[in-house]
Amino acid sequence: MNNVLLPLAGGATLGLGAALVLLATGTCAGVSGQLDRVTEPGAPAWRWAFVLGLLSGGLLARSLAPELVPGLTTGPGVLVAAGLLVGFGARVGGGCTSGHGFIGTSRFSPRSILATLTFMATGFATVALARVLHG
Amino acid sequence: MGDRRLVVLAFVGGLLFAAGLLISGMTQPARVLAFLDLGGDWDPSLLLVMGGAWGVHAVAWQVLRRRARAWCGAPAPAMPKPVFDARLFGGAALFGVGWGLAGACPGPALLNVASPGGLLFVAAMMVGIALSRLVAKTPALEEAETSEIPAR
Repeated sequence: MNNVLLPLAGGATLGLGAALVLLATGTCAGVSGQLDRVTEPGAPAWRWAFVLGLLSGGLLARSLAPELVPGLTTGPGVLVAAGLLVGFGARVGGGCTSGHGFIGTSRFSPRSILATLTFMATGFATVALARVLHG
Repeated sequence: MGDRRLVVLAFVGGLLFAAGLLISGMTQPARVLAFLDLGGDWDPSLLLVMGGAWGVHAVAWQVLRRRARAWCGAPAPAMPKPVFDARLFGGAALFGVGWGLAGACPGPALLNVASPGGLLFVAAMMVGIALSRLVAKTPALEEAETSEIPAR
Protein backbone atom coordinates (compact mmCIF):
# COMPACT_ATOMS: atom_id res chain seq x y z
CA MET A 1 0.00 0.00 0.00
CA ASN A 2 2.86 2.33 0.76
CA ASN A 3 3.95 1.83 -2.81
CA VAL A 4 0.72 3.44 -3.94
CA LEU A 5 -0.20 5.77 -1.11
CA LEU A 6 3.12 7.56 -0.68
CA PRO A 7 3.60 8.43 -4.36
CA LEU A 8 -0.04 9.55 -4.64
CA ALA A 9 0.06 11.56 -1.42
CA GLY A 10 3.43 13.02 -2.36
CA GLY A 11 2.13 13.92 -5.78
CA ALA A 12 -0.95 15.55 -4.33
CA THR A 13 1.23 17.61 -1.97
CA LEU A 14 3.43 18.61 -4.89
CA GLY A 15 0.33 19.64 -6.81
CA LEU A 16 -0.93 21.57 -3.81
CA GLY A 17 2.27 23.60 -3.68
CA ALA A 18 1.99 24.47 -7.36
CA ALA A 19 -1.74 25.14 -6.94
CA LEU A 20 -1.07 27.60 -4.15
CA VAL A 21 1.36 29.54 -6.34
CA LEU A 22 -1.11 29.45 -9.21
CA LEU A 23 -4.05 30.74 -7.21
CA ALA A 24 -2.05 33.35 -5.31
CA THR A 25 0.18 34.75 -8.05
CA GLY A 26 -1.50 33.69 -11.27
CA THR A 27 1.66 31.92 -12.40
CA CYS A 28 2.42 28.36 -13.44
CA ALA A 29 5.02 27.17 -10.96
CA GLY A 30 7.14 25.15 -13.35
CA VAL A 31 10.53 24.97 -11.66
CA SER A 32 12.71 25.53 -14.74
CA GLY A 33 10.68 28.62 -15.61
CA GLN A 34 10.83 30.02 -12.09
CA LEU A 35 14.59 29.45 -11.89
CA ASP A 36 15.00 31.15 -15.25
CA ARG A 37 12.86 34.16 -14.39
CA VAL A 38 14.05 34.62 -10.82
CA THR A 39 17.29 36.13 -12.14
CA GLU A 40 15.51 38.63 -14.38
CA PRO A 41 15.72 42.28 -13.40
CA GLY A 42 12.56 43.27 -11.57
CA ALA A 43 11.72 39.72 -10.54
CA PRO A 44 8.95 39.91 -7.94
CA ALA A 45 9.81 39.01 -4.35
CA TRP A 46 7.34 36.13 -4.33
CA ARG A 47 9.39 34.35 -7.00
CA TRP A 48 12.43 34.41 -4.74
CA ALA A 49 10.23 33.21 -1.90
CA PHE A 50 9.07 30.22 -3.96
CA VAL A 51 12.65 29.22 -4.80
CA LEU A 52 13.66 29.74 -1.17
CA GLY A 53 10.76 27.53 -0.11
CA LEU A 54 12.05 24.78 -2.37
CA LEU A 55 15.60 25.15 -1.07
CA SER A 56 14.43 25.26 2.54
CA GLY A 57 12.53 22.02 2.04
CA GLY A 58 15.67 20.42 0.73
CA LEU A 59 17.86 21.69 3.55
CA LEU A 60 15.33 20.55 6.15
CA ALA A 61 15.33 17.11 4.57
CA ARG A 62 19.11 17.08 4.59
CA SER A 63 19.16 17.51 8.33
CA LEU A 64 16.07 15.51 9.30
CA ALA A 65 15.91 12.73 6.71
CA PRO A 66 19.09 12.72 4.62
CA GLU A 67 18.18 9.41 3.00
CA LEU A 68 15.54 11.35 1.07
CA VAL A 69 18.17 13.57 -0.54
CA PRO A 70 21.03 11.16 -1.22
CA GLY A 71 22.59 13.23 -3.98
CA LEU A 72 23.58 12.19 -7.46
CA THR A 73 25.93 9.29 -7.99
CA THR A 74 26.95 9.66 -11.63
CA GLY A 75 30.48 10.83 -12.41
CA PRO A 76 31.22 14.56 -12.71
CA GLY A 77 31.42 14.53 -16.50
CA VAL A 78 27.99 12.97 -16.86
CA LEU A 79 26.62 15.24 -14.12
CA VAL A 80 27.72 18.35 -15.96
CA ALA A 81 26.38 17.07 -19.28
CA ALA A 82 23.09 16.09 -17.67
CA GLY A 83 22.72 19.42 -15.90
CA LEU A 84 23.42 21.37 -19.08
CA LEU A 85 20.91 19.31 -21.05
CA VAL A 86 18.23 19.57 -18.37
CA GLY A 87 18.59 23.34 -18.02
CA PHE A 88 18.97 24.11 -21.70
CA GLY A 89 16.37 21.62 -22.91
CA ALA A 90 13.77 22.62 -20.35
CA ARG A 91 13.93 26.31 -21.25
CA VAL A 92 14.13 25.88 -24.99
CA GLY A 93 11.22 23.44 -24.82
CA GLY A 94 9.31 25.69 -22.48
CA GLY A 95 9.09 23.49 -19.41
CA CYS A 96 10.17 20.43 -17.47
CA THR A 97 8.55 17.60 -15.51
CA SER A 98 6.63 20.14 -13.46
CA GLY A 99 5.98 22.91 -15.99
CA HIS A 100 4.93 20.62 -18.82
CA GLY A 101 4.64 17.30 -16.99
CA PHE A 102 1.83 18.01 -14.56
CA ILE A 103 1.10 21.73 -14.70
CA GLY A 104 0.76 22.18 -18.45
CA THR A 105 -1.04 18.87 -18.91
CA SER A 106 -3.46 19.78 -16.10
CA ARG A 107 -4.44 22.76 -18.25
CA PHE A 108 -4.83 20.41 -21.21
CA SER A 109 -2.18 22.34 -23.12
CA PRO A 110 -1.40 20.36 -26.29
CA ARG A 111 2.18 21.71 -26.20
CA SER A 112 2.68 20.29 -22.73
CA ILE A 113 1.15 16.93 -23.59
CA LEU A 114 3.44 16.56 -26.60
CA ALA A 115 6.50 17.85 -24.75
CA THR A 116 5.86 15.41 -21.90
CA LEU A 117 5.51 12.47 -24.27
CA THR A 118 8.73 13.58 -25.95
CA PHE A 119 10.88 13.87 -22.84
CA MET A 120 9.48 10.64 -21.46
CA ALA A 121 10.47 8.91 -24.69
CA THR A 122 14.02 10.25 -24.71
CA GLY A 123 14.30 9.60 -20.97
CA PHE A 124 13.36 5.96 -21.48
CA ALA A 125 15.67 5.72 -24.50
CA THR A 126 18.62 7.23 -22.64
CA VAL A 127 18.36 4.77 -19.78
CA ALA A 128 17.88 1.89 -22.21
CA LEU A 129 20.96 2.94 -24.15
CA ALA A 130 22.96 3.24 -20.95
CA ARG A 131 21.87 -0.28 -20.09
CA VAL A 132 23.05 -1.58 -23.44
CA LEU A 133 26.37 0.24 -23.18
CA HIS A 134 27.13 -0.46 -19.54
CA GLY A 135 24.98 -3.46 -18.69
CA MET B 1 -3.26 41.39 -1.41
CA GLY B 2 -0.15 42.81 0.22
CA ASP B 3 3.31 41.92 -1.02
CA ARG B 4 4.16 40.29 2.29
CA ARG B 5 1.18 37.95 2.18
CA LEU B 6 2.07 36.99 -1.37
CA VAL B 7 5.67 36.29 -0.38
CA VAL B 8 4.52 34.06 2.48
CA LEU B 9 2.09 32.15 0.26
CA ALA B 10 4.75 31.60 -2.40
CA PHE B 11 7.23 30.43 0.24
CA VAL B 12 4.67 27.98 1.62
CA GLY B 13 3.97 26.87 -1.93
CA GLY B 14 7.65 26.15 -2.40
CA LEU B 15 7.77 24.22 0.88
CA LEU B 16 4.74 22.12 -0.09
CA PHE B 17 6.23 21.51 -3.52
CA ALA B 18 9.43 20.33 -1.85
CA ALA B 19 7.53 18.21 0.66
CA GLY B 20 5.67 16.53 -2.17
CA LEU B 21 8.85 15.71 -4.02
CA LEU B 22 10.41 14.34 -0.82
CA ILE B 23 7.40 12.26 0.24
CA SER B 24 7.01 10.77 -3.21
CA GLY B 25 10.65 9.73 -3.44
CA MET B 26 11.33 11.89 -6.48
CA THR B 27 14.35 13.44 -4.82
CA GLN B 28 16.13 10.08 -4.99
CA PRO B 29 17.61 9.70 -8.50
CA ALA B 30 17.67 5.90 -8.15
CA ARG B 31 13.86 5.86 -7.93
CA VAL B 32 13.48 8.12 -10.94
CA LEU B 33 15.91 5.98 -12.93
CA ALA B 34 13.98 2.88 -11.88
CA PHE B 35 10.94 4.46 -13.55
CA LEU B 36 12.90 5.32 -16.68
CA ASP B 37 14.41 1.83 -16.79
CA LEU B 38 11.74 -0.01 -18.76
CA GLY B 39 14.04 -2.96 -19.32
CA GLY B 40 14.87 -3.44 -15.68
CA ASP B 41 12.91 -3.75 -12.46
CA TRP B 42 10.37 -1.17 -13.58
CA ASP B 43 9.01 1.14 -10.85
CA PRO B 44 5.83 2.85 -12.14
CA SER B 45 5.36 5.01 -9.04
CA LEU B 46 6.44 8.18 -10.88
CA LEU B 47 3.17 7.89 -12.81
CA LEU B 48 1.25 7.96 -9.52
CA VAL B 49 3.21 11.03 -8.43
CA MET B 50 2.39 12.77 -11.70
CA GLY B 51 -1.23 11.67 -11.37
CA GLY B 52 -1.60 13.03 -7.85
CA ALA B 53 -0.02 16.35 -8.79
CA TRP B 54 -2.02 16.55 -12.01
CA GLY B 55 -5.30 16.00 -10.21
CA VAL B 56 -4.80 18.70 -7.60
CA HIS B 57 -3.45 21.24 -10.09
CA ALA B 58 -6.25 20.49 -12.55
CA VAL B 59 -8.80 21.44 -9.90
CA ALA B 60 -6.89 24.60 -9.03
CA TRP B 61 -6.72 25.59 -12.69
CA GLN B 62 -10.45 25.15 -13.16
CA VAL B 63 -11.05 27.29 -10.09
CA LEU B 64 -8.72 30.01 -11.34
CA ARG B 65 -10.19 29.92 -14.84
CA ARG B 66 -13.61 30.69 -13.44
CA ARG B 67 -12.32 33.40 -11.11
CA ALA B 68 -10.27 34.85 -13.99
CA ARG B 69 -8.11 36.64 -11.40
CA ALA B 70 -5.55 35.31 -8.98
CA TRP B 71 -5.73 36.32 -5.31
CA CYS B 72 -3.19 39.07 -5.93
CA GLY B 73 -5.36 40.46 -8.72
CA ALA B 74 -3.24 39.27 -11.63
CA PRO B 75 -5.11 37.74 -14.56
CA ALA B 76 -5.14 33.96 -14.90
CA PRO B 77 -2.18 32.87 -17.02
CA ALA B 78 -2.83 32.72 -20.74
CA MET B 79 -2.63 29.43 -22.58
CA PRO B 80 0.39 29.24 -24.89
CA LYS B 81 -0.40 29.39 -28.59
CA PRO B 82 -0.48 25.87 -30.01
CA VAL B 83 2.84 26.15 -31.81
CA PHE B 84 4.59 22.84 -32.34
CA ASP B 85 8.07 23.64 -33.50
CA ALA B 86 11.62 22.36 -33.32
CA ARG B 87 12.20 24.28 -30.09
CA LEU B 88 9.36 22.47 -28.34
CA PHE B 89 10.31 18.99 -29.51
CA GLY B 90 14.06 19.54 -29.57
CA GLY B 91 14.09 21.14 -26.15
CA ALA B 92 11.92 18.44 -24.63
CA ALA B 93 14.02 15.73 -26.27
CA LEU B 94 17.25 17.17 -24.88
CA PHE B 95 15.67 17.62 -21.46
CA GLY B 96 14.66 13.96 -21.45
CA VAL B 97 18.20 12.87 -22.28
CA GLY B 98 19.62 14.91 -19.42
CA TRP B 99 16.94 13.55 -17.12
CA GLY B 100 17.77 9.99 -18.10
CA LEU B 101 21.50 10.53 -17.62
CA ALA B 102 21.39 11.54 -13.95
CA GLY B 103 17.83 10.87 -12.85
CA ALA B 104 17.39 14.48 -11.80
CA CYS B 105 15.26 17.34 -13.03
CA PRO B 106 15.16 20.93 -11.74
CA GLY B 107 13.05 20.58 -8.58
CA PRO B 108 14.70 17.43 -7.19
CA ALA B 109 18.10 18.80 -8.15
CA LEU B 110 17.53 21.94 -6.08
CA LEU B 111 16.53 19.81 -3.11
CA ASN B 112 19.75 17.83 -3.48
CA VAL B 113 21.94 20.91 -3.80
CA ALA B 114 23.68 20.27 -0.47
CA SER B 115 24.12 16.55 -1.15
CA PRO B 116 26.94 14.87 -3.11
CA GLY B 117 26.95 15.91 -6.76
CA GLY B 118 24.04 18.29 -6.20
CA LEU B 119 25.87 21.58 -6.48
CA LEU B 120 27.69 20.54 -9.66
CA PHE B 121 24.46 19.48 -11.33
CA VAL B 122 22.59 22.63 -10.27
CA ALA B 123 25.45 24.84 -11.43
CA ALA B 124 25.51 23.11 -14.81
CA MET B 125 21.73 23.38 -15.00
CA MET B 126 21.84 27.13 -14.36
CA VAL B 127 24.48 27.46 -17.09
CA GLY B 128 22.18 25.49 -19.39
CA ILE B 129 19.33 27.84 -18.54
CA ALA B 130 21.53 30.84 -19.30
CA LEU B 131 22.60 29.31 -22.61
CA SER B 132 18.97 28.76 -23.56
CA ARG B 133 18.59 32.54 -23.76
CA LEU B 134 20.79 32.47 -26.85
CA VAL B 135 17.99 30.56 -28.55
CA ALA B 136 15.05 32.80 -29.40
CA LYS B 137 11.94 31.77 -27.52
CA THR B 138 9.09 30.33 -29.49
CA PRO B 139 6.24 32.87 -29.87
CA ALA B 140 3.95 30.60 -27.88
CA LEU B 141 6.18 30.97 -24.86
CA GLU B 142 6.61 34.73 -25.21
CA GLU B 143 2.89 35.24 -25.14
CA ALA B 144 2.23 32.91 -22.24
CA GLU B 145 4.97 34.49 -20.19
CA THR B 146 3.82 38.05 -20.66
CA SER B 147 0.80 37.55 -18.47
CA GLU B 148 2.43 38.80 -15.29
CA ILE B 149 1.40 40.48 -12.09
CA PRO B 150 0.69 44.16 -12.77
CA ALA B 151 3.02 46.56 -10.99
CA ARG B 152 1.49 47.92 -7.80
